[in-house]
Amino acid sequence: MEHMGVEPGRLQFSWISSAESTKFVEVVTQVTNAIKKLGPNSNYTKKLAEVA
Amino acid sequence: MLSYTETIREIAGRLLTSGAVEMVIGFRKGTVPMMNEPHFAKTPAHAQALVWDSHCGINLANYLTDRKEKIGIVAKGCDSRNIVTHIIENKIKREQLVVIGVPCLGMVDKRKIAMKCPGEITEVIEDEGSVTATGSGFSQRFEKKDVLQHNCSLCIHRNPVIHDELVAEPVAEQQGVDRYADVRSLDAMSPEQRWKYVEDLLSPCVRCYACRNACPLCYCPTCFVDEARPQWVGKGLDPQDVRTFHFLRAYHCAGRCTDCGACERACPVGINMRVFTKKLEKDCLDLFGWEAGLSIDVRPPLDTYRPQDPNDFIK
Repeated sequence: MEHMGVEPGRLQFSWISSAESTKFVEVVTQVTNAIKKLGPNSNYTKKLAEVA
Repeated sequence: MLSYTETIREIAGRLLTSGAVEMVIGFRKGTVPMMNEPHFAKTPAHAQALVWDSHCGINLANYLTDRKEKIGIVAKGCDSRNIVTHIIENKIKREQLVVIGVPCLGMVDKRKIAMKCPGEITEVIEDEGSVTATGSGFSQRFEKKDVLQHNCSLCIHRNPVIHDELVAEPVAEQQGVDRYADVRSLDAMSPEQRWKYVEDLLSPCVRCYACRNACPLCYCPTCFVDEARPQWVGKGLDPQDVRTFHFLRAYHCAGRCTDCGACERACPVGINMRVFTKKLEKDCLDLFGWEAGLSIDVRPPLDTYRPQDPNDFIK
């Protein structure tokens, strides 16, 4: 993904067991904060077709 | 290399006469110059139409998917690696195949020649090491090494990896080729530059799917782009949909792509979509030491687990 221009850090992976609720909360908070820092992914928004 | 034609005809004729195979897949002359087309020879007489020259760039492994009969297939280095991939993925059985191996010296890029000629090319004649393109009022000679397809100039597996017959002695493999210069130059850019680069690269794409259809790896009965329920990706020319199609297609080829160049060759607008598959190819080599299609006895990295598999990306 980064190879074709998605910012580093926008795509993250984690392995969380269904029993690891605290890790889940930690990771989600962490990821949310990191992504908020990156801002909206405007690259991937579709624009309405331009009509003359 | 031109002498291959006679040998291929002889081998194909022999296989068909003896009944060892029901069909030989090879190339015949195309109706326009530099465009040889696949030929399915079912009788010894049909086999006389088989040819070999520097315009046999199509990957014939594409025509093997789920075939049930005994088949003889003409295979250059990359074709043979894709045949191996087909066998690994249970798309054909090794016992069904008689592989007629062709040591390959690379295929010429018809666009490179067409760009250097002042008009329409009506005839292309080849001799050892050079091709001459002729048209109305011009005739130009090219050294073959100057007009090779980009992937052929970087090829390090010219000889077939599996074969039952060989039409000539193996050729020397290219040494010291820097296969990933283009991947590195893209990796050196900033994310914004990369985004822009890919946008420019894909801007002429018309979503004709020629790259997918030419690719021997793309054999799904229904491709994700053709599905309507659920519809994974928009079907129009929206830049994000075009981009999604290209990189998802590339991902489906991860650890399987042999860089045969069929996709780029088939593209009507000349997009080099190999920059995506090559990145994945390089990753497979760096992370798993894997090159696709070299042996029918080794399972590919994406369907095996090894304790030393890299997993630093998982938090």
